[in-house]
Amino acid sequence: MEILTAQQSSTETSSSVERTISGGEALLDALLHEGVSTIFGYPGGAIMPIYDSLYDYRDRLNHILVRHEQGAIHAAQGYARTSGDVGVVFATSGPGATNLVTGLADAQIDSTPLVCITGQVFAHLLGTDAFQETDVINITTPITKWNYQVTDATEIPSVIAKAFYIAKSGRPGPVVIDITKNAQLQKFSYSGYTPCDHIRSYRPKPVVRKDYIEKAAALINGAKKPFVIFGQGVILGEAEMEFRSFIEKGGFPAAWTILGLSALPTDHPQNVGMLGMHGNYGPNLLTNECDVLIAIGMRFDDRVTGRLDKYAKQAKVVHLDIDPSEIDKNVKAEVPVWGDCKETLPLLTALINKRTFPEWLKEFQDCHIQEVETVIQDELNPKSAVLTMGEVIRELNELTLGDAVIVTDVGQHQMVACRYAKFNNTRSNVTSGGLGTMGFALPAAIGAKFGALDRTVVAIIGDGGFQMTLQELGTIMQTGIQVKIIILNNHFLGMVRQWQQLFHEKRYSFVNIESPDFVQVAKGYHIHGASVSERKDLRSAISKMLEHDGSYLLEVHVGKENNVFPMVPQGCGVAEIRLK
Amino acid sequence: MSKQEFTITVYTENQVGLLNRIAIIFSRRKINIESLNTSPSEVPSIHRFSILIHETEEVVRKLARQIEKQVDVLKAYYNTNEEIVWQELALYKVPTEIITEKVKVERLLREHGARAIVIRKDYTIFETTGHREETDKLIKVLEPYGLIEFVRSARVAIIKDSAGFHSKLREFERKEPAEEVIENEFLDKQDEVFTM
Repeated sequence: MEILTAQQSSTETSSSVERTISGGEALLDALLHEGVSTIFGYPGGAIMPIYDSLYDYRDRLNHILVRHEQGAIHAAQGYARTSGDVGVVFATSGPGATNLVTGLADAQIDSTPLVCITGQVFAHLLGTDAFQETDVINITTPITKWNYQVTDATEIPSVIAKAFYIAKSGRPGPVVIDITKNAQLQKFSYSGYTPCDHIRSYRPKPVVRKDYIEKAAALINGAKKPFVIFGQGVILGEAEMEFRSFIEKGGFPAAWTILGLSALPTDHPQNVGMLGMHGNYGPNLLTNECDVLIAIGMRFDDRVTGRLDKYAKQAKVVHLDIDPSEIDKNVKAEVPVWGDCKETLPLLTALINKRTFPEWLKEFQDCHIQEVETVIQDELNPKSAVLTMGEVIRELNELTLGDAVIVTDVGQHQMVACRYAKFNNTRSNVTSGGLGTMGFALPAAIGAKFGALDRTVVAIIGDGGFQMTLQELGTIMQTGIQVKIIILNNHFLGMVRQWQQLFHEKRYSFVNIESPDFVQVAKGYHIHGASVSERKDLRSAISKMLEHDGSYLLEVHVGKENNVFPMVPQGCGVAEIRLK
Repeated sequence: MSKQEFTITVYTENQVGLLNRIAIIFSRRKINIESLNTSPSEVPSIHRFSILIHETEEVVRKLARQIEKQVDVLKAYYNTNEEIVWQELALYKVPTEIITEKVKVERLLREHGARAIVIRKDYTIFETTGHREETDKLIKVLEPYGLIEFVRSARVAIIKDSAGFHSKLREFERKEPAEEVIENEFLDKQDEVFTM
């Protein structure tokens, strides 16, 4: 004990000794203090001093050189999602920074903690239209939780401390720190790093108000048909166990939003499935049957609610959220439980009665049987000659046993994968939910693997989305990271085609997309691969992919004009869900 | 709910770029800002925005929450006209010869509480403060007499039942603030908010 104390004090002393370092070095020292081990980035003129400093930190900071800054930020998102840590990105000024925009918007809407460092031209050149100068702060303001431009190196330690604190606390989000080149080069007297734990104008979470917990518990205890709907807040709050105790004691059926997926094991008896436009039949239909709707860490996105004036009008809503601006935003809450669900859920669990709802759960089961007969059976065990996306996921489930991290892109394959993939563990579903960013999956899978090195990471991508960021195969090649890639190729931009079929009289307007020979493309990057289109080859092909020591690309040719059902058509209420 | 005037009062850190961060909360939703004023507040180092918009209470409440969500914002209040005392300042430039020649004009100016702040051979500048209708009225009055230039400031407002921000700020600076600081209107005035 004494030794420990002595060590501690000696560390404190050493860090309080002032030394002269550059702004770039101060940044890297700050990252080390924040526990950063992995950075995704791409160098360029205005960030060169930081990269010069990074040369001396190569042994402590693993910098992943991507092929495009969009790849860097999506990788950082994937990393943050699987690891639970802040994803860190380096990009240069101008085009380097603007290439981050899509990822920032994605991270903002999906509450992903990121710290993005962008280089900027010398402070004296700001506003002169200098080479590679862009107004990064103003471009990124609406899509960041916080951003700040550093023009003086002495600000770097405190600003980076603030950036990490803001990115990961409360409702997480992306932060951009724009550092002018002079500040990166500037030498200053550095007296050590102090993490940030308080900003006076910022309240990441409130003190939980007991009276609202009591009101919520009273409402829940009086419910005859309570229904829990949960989102990513459960995962971000690291409240998976608290959530489970809550629903198990209360006996509530629980359905998830796309980002809440994997917070509760798929095969949990109270997990009744997915909400929303392509969610399961029961959860959508019975949203309009429940009497108390308990929303946890979710934000009533329009893809979840369908038409708001036909959404759960009969129900009293209890809304647990850490972000007060979400409460009453789309759906009026009878009882707002504002707070971190890690804290609010146990308080609520303590006050609710232990109950079961066998009849109510049976309503969900009956809906499920109906859905199996009309949709799921044909999707998972088709009699058609062509392969379905669903059977690929089923085979994958059987081979990974639900232990893999599944990263999806955007479109039909995403809906199918999220509907049918099995998950035993939290932080296993990585997808672009709110923004719907095609091209997300490949780079996100790379980051997801860096964030969970001991886990199998399978990226499931459409033929369209893959071609948006396929340059990141170069990142896989260079780093040797193991990512399993399944391209579900239906030779169409399938989701748009489905809408054109259903709502635009089959006027297939520019959805017919041609693809290169994906296996050959992978081969060009020294990545093994195979292509299958026959059912008899599917299982062995997936098995070979999983067993292969290294990254692997498997292209599966699936039915060209298959549709994803059920579906809540746009402009309809959740109860108007269509099974075909 | 019908639209009416609301004054949003925002206490913030004095940070470059924050004006844009707040302004785009309105422009993103295609909501026009009728007037916007930034100034120091009663507390040194804390800035105060006064934003006037014409909207329904529900929209204003959501806007205020979005504003308060910004990291550098300490607090956002919104109030109806009944809950505040407000003023706008207006300047009028009029040809001096008309003022001197026509006694009536001088009387009109006095009636409207205007005072001359610059008198030159060629023009005179009058200043008046008041509500928009009052300053508007004077434009109408002066127009026939060759009003050369007119400008009006943004609304500045004091909230009638506010005790100021000094004690609040001390609370904000504490790591574990009292409930009062982390208040939220739907937690503290639930009865009022939830009667729909």
